[in-house]
Amino acid sequence: MKRIAQIEKGYLKEDIPEFKSGDTLKVHVRIKEGDKERIQVFQGTVIGRRGGGTGATFTVRKISSGIGVERVFPLHSPNVDKIELIRSGRVRRAKLNYLRNLTGKSARIKEQLSDSDKSKRNAKEEKVKAEKPTEE
Amino acid sequence: MKEILGKKLGTTRIFHESGEAVPVTIIEAGPCPVVAKRPTSKTGVTAYQVGFGQCKKARVNKPTAGHFAKAGVEPTRYLRDIHYDEAELEPGAELKVGMFKTGERVDVTGISRGLGFAGAMKRHHFQGANKTHGQSDRWRAPGSIGQSSYPSRVFKGTRMAGRMGKDKVTVLNLEVVKIIEEENLMLIKGAVPGFRGSLVKVRNTNRR
Repeated sequence: MKRIAQIEKGYLKEDIPEFKSGDTLKVHVRIKEGDKERIQVFQGTVIGRRGGGTGATFTVRKISSGIGVERVFPLHSPNVDKIELIRSGRVRRAKLNYLRNLTGKSARIKEQLSDSDKSKRNAKEEKVKAEKPTEE
Repeated sequence: MKEILGKKLGTTRIFHESGEAVPVTIIEAGPCPVVAKRPTSKTGVTAYQVGFGQCKKARVNKPTAGHFAKAGVEPTRYLRDIHYDEAELEPGAELKVGMFKTGERVDVTGISRGLGFAGAMKRHHFQGANKTHGQSDRWRAPGSIGQSSYPSRVFKGTRMAGRMGKDKVTVLNLEVVKIIEEENLMLIKGAVPGFRGSLVKVRNTNRR
């Protein structure tokens, strides 16, 4: 298995941002039309990651004009030009297949805030609290 | 015609620069030292006995060790006959993966994985029967295996359940995706018979 991993190594990308299920991504996909090449952006929520090595893939879901669209991208494919992390979500499972049965408000995912974001928010709230009693 | 022995290491997928994903089997092929030369057949093809794979000295008995010593070759785990007519070989010469090139087409022969006692559905792709319509425990049965008073017996060779796999299988016309000479590796597009670690024989194909 070691030798297989060694061969795969040459095909793995190194510039992939850390992301997980529930995150919102912008995936830049290379598309060939005849001999022209252009880049299309697919933005949506990651509902799962699977596999390892060169076979690793991830699934992105978005609602496009009212219809749910899911795309599975091979993580290390040269056709996936760039992956941008837009927002990280707070979810409690690895595969978010339940999103398929939800629409509208219930299909939202709470944002997972980093520690620095949290302290900023707390400071803001305390400030509001501190101001309130003076009004009364 | 050229042939080489190898060991199936496993499968993975790699990407072409165009973005195309290619399923590949990795084979450690060669180096295969020539141990003996066989007499040329009537059809003019010369066969050679070649060795492949490391083996412990203690595992080689004296007659075999003498056979290797005669050729001046270290004892190997496997000894097989192969066809080769690209050049005249002498005992002691070595066959290496380098004789295959990227993009070439090859046939791969191996012993398929043994699947044990398998039913007719898995072994012969029979359809099986209905799960519903009043059926019970007949889903995977083979159905009728013959007629009645004539012939009053089951014909020989009728396909039924039994031991599956462990057959000699040749897969034809596979593409060589990559050759890594330093590590004696070749990447072949698609699947190849055998389990990981099994012995395979790779030859250039006569298909187009």
